Amino acid sequence: MRKQLMKGNEAIVKSAILAGCRAFYGYPITPASEIAEAAAEFMPRTGGVYVQAESEVAAINMLYGAASVGVRAMTASSGPGISLMQEGISYMAGAELPCVIADITRGGPGLGNLGSEQSDYHQVVKGGGHGSYRTLVLAPNSVQEMADLTALAFDLADRYRNPVVLMADGFIGQTMEPVEFPQVATLPQLPDWAVAGTAASRGNLINSLHIDFDEMEQHSLLLEAKYKEAERNETRAEEWRTEDAEIVLVGYGIVSRILKAVTAEARAHGLKVGLLRPVSLYPFPKARIAQVAERAKLFIVVELSHGQMIEDVQLALRGTRPVEFLSRVGGNVPTHEDVLQFVRQIASREGLTQGRTAPERESLEREALEKEQMAHV
Amino acid sequence: MSSSPVADYTVVHAKSRSFYDRYERKTELQHQTHFCPGCGHGIVHKMIAAAIDELGVQDRTILVGPVGCSVFTYYYFDVGNVQAAHGRAPAVATAVSRSLPGSVVISYQGDGDLCAIGSAEILHAANRGENIAVIFVNNAIYSMTGGQAAPTTLLGQKSTTTPLGRKAATEGYPLHVSELLATLQAPVYIERVGLGDNKQIAQTARAIRRALENQARGLGFSLVEVLSPCPTIWEMSPVEAQHWVRETMEKTFPLGVFRDQTKERLAAPKPEPAPSPALDELPRILGVADADLPEGNAHALDAGQTIDLQVRIAGFGGQGVLLLGEVLAEAGLDAGLEVSWLPSYGPEMRSGTSNCHVRLAREAIDSPLVSAPNVLVAMNEPSLRKFDQSVRRGGWVIFDGEEFPADCRREGVHVLALPFTELANGTGDKRAANMVMLGAVLELAGVLPEASIAAALRRLIRNPRWVELDERAIVLGRQLFQRALA
Repeated sequence: MRKQLMKGNEAIVKSAILAGCRAFYGYPITPASEIAEAAAEFMPRTGGVYVQAESEVAAINMLYGAASVGVRAMTASSGPGISLMQEGISYMAGAELPCVIADITRGGPGLGNLGSEQSDYHQVVKGGGHGSYRTLVLAPNSVQEMADLTALAFDLADRYRNPVVLMADGFIGQTMEPVEFPQVATLPQLPDWAVAGTAASRGNLINSLHIDFDEMEQHSLLLEAKYKEAERNETRAEEWRTEDAEIVLVGYGIVSRILKAVTAEARAHGLKVGLLRPVSLYPFPKARIAQVAERAKLFIVVELSHGQMIEDVQLALRGTRPVEFLSRVGGNVPTHEDVLQFVRQIASREGLTQGRTAPERESLEREALEKEQMAHV
Repeated sequence: MSSSPVADYTVVHAKSRSFYDRYERKTELQHQTHFCPGCGHGIVHKMIAAAIDELGVQDRTILVGPVGCSVFTYYYFDVGNVQAAHGRAPAVATAVSRSLPGSVVISYQGDGDLCAIGSAEILHAANRGENIAVIFVNNAIYSMTGGQAAPTTLLGQKSTTTPLGRKAATEGYPLHVSELLATLQAPVYIERVGLGDNKQIAQTARAIRRALENQARGLGFSLVEVLSPCPTIWEMSPVEAQHWVRETMEKTFPLGVFRDQTKERLAAPKPEPAPSPALDELPRILGVADADLPEGNAHALDAGQTIDLQVRIAGFGGQGVLLLGEVLAEAGLDAGLEVSWLPSYGPEMRSGTSNCHVRLAREAIDSPLVSAPNVLVAMNEPSLRKFDQSVRRGGWVIFDGEEFPADCRREGVHVLALPFTELANGTGDKRAANMVMLGAVLELAGVLPEASIAAALRRLIRNPRWVELDERAIVLGRQLFQRALA
């Protein structure tokens, strides 16, 4: 497969269509609008439907309609729009309807700004709507993953008959990187539960209403069983140099890219640092974190919020390891230099410097600095 | 029922086939509806079922039921059923109809649902001319929740939330949905009917049948508003309630046809929907087919040299900051390198400053953010001042300006300051200044094959005149860099 340079937002749409998505309903919002624009261009040309809805409330309900008839459908938005969609997401989870929602996050609360934050974590990962439900959440950190995880999101949505959110920060949405696509398009079979306007599907019902208490409880238990199954089968994380890590950095999305650079540099400074990057935010890779904690002494969480994912990391650790936290918000991002300095401070405070003597450390640092200065074009 | 022991009789009236024989989705009393005695919903349900039967569209009918007393439509109708959120049925129906153009889609809504919480959805579904039939049951009250005021509650009418009667000064006037929607151009048919007496009921049956028939023929958006009695909440007998529809409601909500374009729509030719392309055509349509992508010039790249180009490009919007970065990234990809390009975005795109991050490397790129560039291209002084402190030692600043501000000079950072915009005039257009600066960057980086740059320009710039001009600008930039070094 050949690669081409493409924005993350555009890659989502092309991957979605190749994965059989034939309906896009959305409402413009920065920094997600390129997704709607690409869908407006390509959906009609590939036998799909594109409608710009009157609001995000309408858009998510249009997804409800499209999913009801068995069509793979998606929308895209950002924080304020996702807030408006929460009603519909709850209904779709309740009615067991699959769909894919791309959340290209921005700053908040309120109108916030257009910069990248990761402050949608709580509303997306914990579910901002009413009722006992979850959404599966995938967090791509590159343009290639925007494509790959979009295709995966449709499969998961169908497998679990549940909304799946692709949560990416504005950076990943706006960045252009080389990306490759499958050369074979797929179109899944019509699900047998769909209300498809046919004699065979006439008896089908899409519904989230269960008046009878026992029936409601049964339905709720059924949903819960699906989430437990997803927790067993769909937890995804990427690890780098965690095998012998004393300090484990945890971050997702653009932050994980910065943390990768930090990990490499910290290693060059003689620190045993590793990176654990949750790819699925729900289900959260709790077991991996617990396992890594068997060797690691300390965790450092970096987020573009005042600390939302950190709660899941702390829950996974159950208080067995200290968790430090670093963040920037408002559209700002900690540079890898900022993070590196933070890591070194913590390491020094905790005495996690691999038992090197002070002169050894200084010499290592001098080498690193010289290397940096040498870094010529 | 069909299994009557009486052998010799003629059926003149039977329950519609489009109703379930027994309402098994109900938890109790499965032989009867949940509606109160004298309620209009039962009559409207019956008319819809009869129309579905008559039109022979039972299999392709999908009924969208929302929230309110109409919430249980799926108990009764033996058609495809979709239960929707409060007020959202027109949005749900929109998507059902768009994805299944051959289906008969009915959105069955009450007045609280349609006029209040769902006012945006109904307005826009009507304005788009969605091919759906809306049956709008108006009983001037929220019945399911126990009698609160609706947008259609009459002036002076008491409800649990207008205990002294609705006042225009504080609650506004009853909302006339049919009249409102009839001002739109897209709807094909809008009529208000009533259930106030048998004559009205007969007209209601005709209107509902017409709406469904329009739907079956794919003519567009139809809405039938039905003034309907609610004896329980109104605290009247069924007979009094019917009387109130006829004598009181009708004064506020006059009956009649508000829009009818049926004949015109029938006469107008319907555009044939474009056939869906075959699956194997999709990669090509999406522009991702391998066969359509260039082979690239990775073979022309010098194998030995380490490459780690971290560039920040900044200037005013309109100076071609983003394009400069894109050409660099495209050329890098063409040469087989790992690349990334990240723009500043948002309001910055529309005025003021603009900047982008570009990385080119042999190894996988960790972060696309360039916080410490080894090349800064500053197309004006504010941009220089914004980023000059971040440039790495050993790196370069390429600045558009004759004079490089003395206070921006830093030890170990190379500077090339030239009036690039003026010099670009020599190529024929000063707007090519970005490409002159790109030429300088390419010359100092010295890694990208000429063929890759040519390929990138051709990929990104449509107008051949500009490609030619930009190529000359790049050559000029290279020369300027060489001259400066010499």
